[in-house]
Amino acid sequence: MNPVRKKRLILIGLMVAGVAIAVGFALNAFNQNLMFFYAPSEVIAGDAPPDHPFRLGGLVTTGSVQRQPDGLTTRFDVTDNVKTVTVQYTGILPDLFREGQGIVAHGKLNENGVFIADEVLAKHDENYMPPEVAASLKDAHDAATAPAAGKSSKP
Amino acid sequence: MLKFFHRMASPKYFYQFTGKLIPWLGIACLGFMLAGLYDGLLVAPTDYQQGDSYRIMFVHVPAAWMSLFIYMVMATAGAIGLIWHIKLAEVMAISSAHVGASFTFLALVTGSIWGKPMWGAWWVWDARLTSELILLFLYLGVIALYNAVEDKRTAARATSILALVGVVNIPIIHYSVEWWNTLHQGPTVTKFDAPSIDLKMLIPLLLMAVAFKLFYAVVVLMRARCEILQRERNSGWVKELVRASS
Repeated sequence: MNPVRKKRLILIGLMVAGVAIAVGFALNAFNQNLMFFYAPSEVIAGDAPPDHPFRLGGLVTTGSVQRQPDGLTTRFDVTDNVKTVTVQYTGILPDLFREGQGIVAHGKLNENGVFIADEVLAKHDENYMPPEVAASLKDAHDAATAPAAGKSSKP
Repeated sequence: MLKFFHRMASPKYFYQFTGKLIPWLGIACLGFMLAGLYDGLLVAPTDYQQGDSYRIMFVHVPAAWMSLFIYMVMATAGAIGLIWHIKLAEVMAISSAHVGASFTFLALVTGSIWGKPMWGAWWVWDARLTSELILLFLYLGVIALYNAVEDKRTAARATSILALVGVVNIPIIHYSVEWWNTLHQGPTVTKFDAPSIDLKMLIPLLLMAVAFKLFYAVVVLMRARCEILQRERNSGWVKELVRASS
């Protein structure tokens, strides 16, 4: 490679590296703002803004979904398997909303520590399989965990 | 092999060679596309959670892959054009931009149509969606900059630099779902352990990915031939070509 071309190659390499480093620092600085939602343990720890609306994300705890008598309001617990926050939402839930499913809710904490959501989005996972495979996986999982779980009753 | 590449860098040889190549690529693309669509829409089983709605993935995922892949091709061709001043590399870079922008747009639109029934929202400002939108703007910026400069060789140099600056966005798009909390789910196929997708769904997905790659090859070569004719309109072989066809 002749010296002129080599110089151009090095210059381009330096430019790309420089931009990458600059963007890397910027993204690192804004790391918190780039998070789409807070996990329940972050909310319990007080990382979430207390007076501003924010998003809460996690799994809907199995057996926690309660429909209120007015027919539109739902209460359920959202967990990250460490801490749990109770969410109350009035409105129509997305089709994918179900127990054990990941969701992202937008709203505010009230004074009792209940998250009053004005929007609930369902987060689907990266697994794709036919229903019969899912069923057989679930059976295998239940069979494997049943002896380990001992006599604990199922919810 | 090196000799082949050396000859391909000559616009005249490139024009003649791709003229013969394009029909074959087109036939292969059609074959893969039909097989992929048939397998994806009729043969592949429904998803355990999303039912039939997940089938939009057979367009959405290959389109999103192509949006990243074409950008890398464009930036690499741009860098080659900058370093070695090869005209053909400049032509390939700018011809890729339009196809890349179309695929990015397609990925955003199909993602939006998928998001409404599954997530409950057409659009959210999470890291994956936002960075993909920035990619669309980068493509549009490259196209606009190229058309804004009169002299095409200067224009190609300017757009190559813009394309190279934008390369930093590519790993951000890919890893956005791992670095930050996003509504978009994590990677299914392009992760290190086994893909978490049933084989019967993976096959049509890969068929469609090959079909999209071939489609890109066909369109980019057609655009590049057009661009070459325009740039070389004063050279002997183009005049010869015009005289022969009229």
